[in-house]
Amino acid sequence: MTPAAYVLEYHLVNYRRTWRSSALSTMVLPLLTMLGFGLGVGGYVTTGVDGTAYLDWIVPGLIASTALQTAFGEATWPVLSGFEWVRSYFGQAAAPLRVADVLGGHLAFMMFRVLVSVSAFVLVAAAFGTLRSPWALAVLPLSVLIGFASAAPAMAYTASIPSDSYLAILFRFAVLPMSLFSGVFFPIDSLPDPLLWVAWALPLWHAVDLTRAATLGLNPGLAGLGHLLYLILWCVAGWFLAHWRFQRRLVV
Amino acid sequence: MPSLIHARGLIKRFGDFTAVDGIDVDVQPGEAFGFLGPNGAGKSSTMRMIGCVSPPTDGVLRILDMDPLRDGPRIRARLGVCPQLDNLDVELTVRENLTTYARFFGIPRATARRRADELLDFVQLGERAGSKVEPLSGGMKRRLTIARALVNEPDIVLLDEPTTGLDPQARHLVWERLFRLKQQGVTLVLTTHYMDEAEQLCDRLVVMDGGKIVAEGSPRSLIEQHSTREVVELRFPTEDQGAYASKLDGIGDRTEVLPDRILLYVADGDDALAEVHRRSLSPASALVRRAGLEDVFLHLTGRTLVD
Amino acid sequence: MLTMVLPKLVSFEGAGRRSASVAERNVTALRSAYWVVMLGGFLEPVLYLFSIGVGVGALIGDIELPGGRLVTYTEFVAPAMLASSAMSGALSETTFNFFGKMKFMRLYDGMLATPIRPFEIALGELAWAMIRGNIYSVAFLAIMVAMDLTTPLRALATFPATVLVGFAFGALGMMTSTVIRSWQDFDLIGAGQFALFLFSGTFVPATGYPLVLRWLVELSPLYRSVDLIRGISLGSVGWPQLIDVLYLLALFAIGLTIAGHRMTKLLCK
Repeated sequence: MTPAAYVLEYHLVNYRRTWRSSALSTMVLPLLTMLGFGLGVGGYVTTGVDGTAYLDWIVPGLIASTALQTAFGEATWPVLSGFEWVRSYFGQAAAPLRVADVLGGHLAFMMFRVLVSVSAFVLVAAAFGTLRSPWALAVLPLSVLIGFASAAPAMAYTASIPSDSYLAILFRFAVLPMSLFSGVFFPIDSLPDPLLWVAWALPLWHAVDLTRAATLGLNPGLAGLGHLLYLILWCVAGWFLAHWRFQRRLVV
Repeated sequence: MPSLIHARGLIKRFGDFTAVDGIDVDVQPGEAFGFLGPNGAGKSSTMRMIGCVSPPTDGVLRILDMDPLRDGPRIRARLGVCPQLDNLDVELTVRENLTTYARFFGIPRATARRRADELLDFVQLGERAGSKVEPLSGGMKRRLTIARALVNEPDIVLLDEPTTGLDPQARHLVWERLFRLKQQGVTLVLTTHYMDEAEQLCDRLVVMDGGKIVAEGSPRSLIEQHSTREVVELRFPTEDQGAYASKLDGIGDRTEVLPDRILLYVADGDDALAEVHRRSLSPASALVRRAGLEDVFLHLTGRTLVD
Repeated sequence: MLTMVLPKLVSFEGAGRRSASVAERNVTALRSAYWVVMLGGFLEPVLYLFSIGVGVGALIGDIELPGGRLVTYTEFVAPAMLASSAMSGALSETTFNFFGKMKFMRLYDGMLATPIRPFEIALGELAWAMIRGNIYSVAFLAIMVAMDLTTPLRALATFPATVLVGFAFGALGMMTSTVIRSWQDFDLIGAGQFALFLFSGTFVPATGYPLVLRWLVELSPLYRSVDLIRGISLGSVGWPQLIDVLYLLALFAIGLTIAGHRMTKLLCK
């Protein structure tokens, strides 16, 4: 086993203790959102979106959004706790582990959490018959990509802040606006220009577009390749940023 | 003059567990009164009842000649409380901790500010006034908590284990400040499981064990009543100290066998040690010291204070 | 006789002043980061208004009120966002922050060593949550007027209703905080809050729900709040709104009584 796998094991052991409470938000919240927006609001969107029923259209957006939210949830409070409250990172850093192992092991656990959340959502979506193509299976590897592209920069941010007030700021000013204006609930074409550019710059819209192509069985085309490369860019940049910030905080 | 704190048959139960089991206490104005005992003896429960945040289960309790159940706010207005665990406000600065706390007593803002500055000087934290609480050392936090307990110029200051968890230097600084308070005539009531603390600070103390008071008096009188003047501590190079006990028969008034050493209670330590050597016993180490409250506690309960 | 009544009278003396000093502590604790968090709390309903109200609203067009009147979807959603913002503002201060101060920071242990009583802490914290929540409400009402989603006069009349909503949820949140055991339970509270947010006639009229579900929804506190605020801001007030007011008043009274009682139990063992 590589050192990072020991760190992953540590997080999994912890998860065995706490999974029950997180199961609720993992399973129930996406289901509620789907019912509330997909069926409820969707019932009033009589024309559908681009010829697709609103429920079918919104589900991939919610899946991508779930991957992002789960990744952000795991890369913020638990990470700050590792530095400030439980201080588990310092314990790990005192063992013969490199910063990359501490970081990589925790990221691996986060990807596991993202996969669990997204799988649950995909099952529910399938039960409602909203998945239109076998390509919907591509959502699983895709969600790991989205999760990594979100979690890595979020970890870099968390490793740089002194208190959890800054996490509330992150969620209010970054995660929530991104979730609301990245084409999850309505097509971004209707956004005014400056906001449209912001939506393009953030990772979520790219993730939503790819996921939507997968569940609806559309051909993502060259734009799809662009989305992929852009998300990978977020992953790579996020990793190096997080590694730098972790190094700064762990190795003084 | 009536006692500031008056308790008769005071009892505190939590479910089936009896934390305080019928104690009688009287604290007079201006004295430094101590509750000495190991962890779990019922000291903190007693303090919480005196602080009017824990209703007695049974018995009589009067503080400042008032009833804690009925007059809680009026009594607490005249108490200063320094709890065992610091509960300073980490979202405020050092100075704001005092000014805000003063406001809880309805002290006008200007007075609160003036008093905060005086108290910060008193506990030697004037230079840290603008700092947050978190980076302060344990000793500084404790001194700040003590300052906070003084912000309403209380008639009685309650100190629950004031120096537990502090390093020796920080302890002495706290003791020195408390001693200064005592000289100013402030009534101190403190709990401790350190006998040196009780000997340093208390005019009068009660020894508590298992929720009961097992002895009462000044530190000196307790030692005179329940111990000899000197103690010889012997360590023998063996797993079983008890095996040597019989060989020491008749040397001291009393012999206590502890897991790691044997204590001989004697009037003259050097004479006793000479007798030990005369019996050709060769302890790995031998120490002659004056008897203290630890010995009183050991005699009364058969156990050591700090385990 | 007089000696039996007097202590009760005396014990209420200074309760208001002491509660105010608890709220004052929170003002002192305001720091730059906290201000930004507060700004974020205001931003949340505005973002939802633009995303769902305006963005999704463009896909929906007009919506029919129970009376048969047609309003734009944005007009329909805006009062609901105002109500849920009053709810979440009150809840965030009285659940997460309140619980943290009680269990984690041990703040109230320190306060209780002063003349302050548990009930006064509850009242002071609630007053503080209300100040914060009402600033949000005023700002959101201003936006509604600016976007022509309600008239200035109706906005003025809506404000006291949002205050009532805030007090009711504040008391409810405080009661919940004194009952729950650990941080993990906040996941439950969050889920419950989110479910209320989605299904309380906020985004679609409850009349569209199956009958059983509809009855359930009509019992929820947020539904009552949305109904009240929407009624006033769209100018269609009737008997149902009186029920809303009575419901919220009862919730406030029950919540605060239980909270004060539970705090005494938890902190004055």
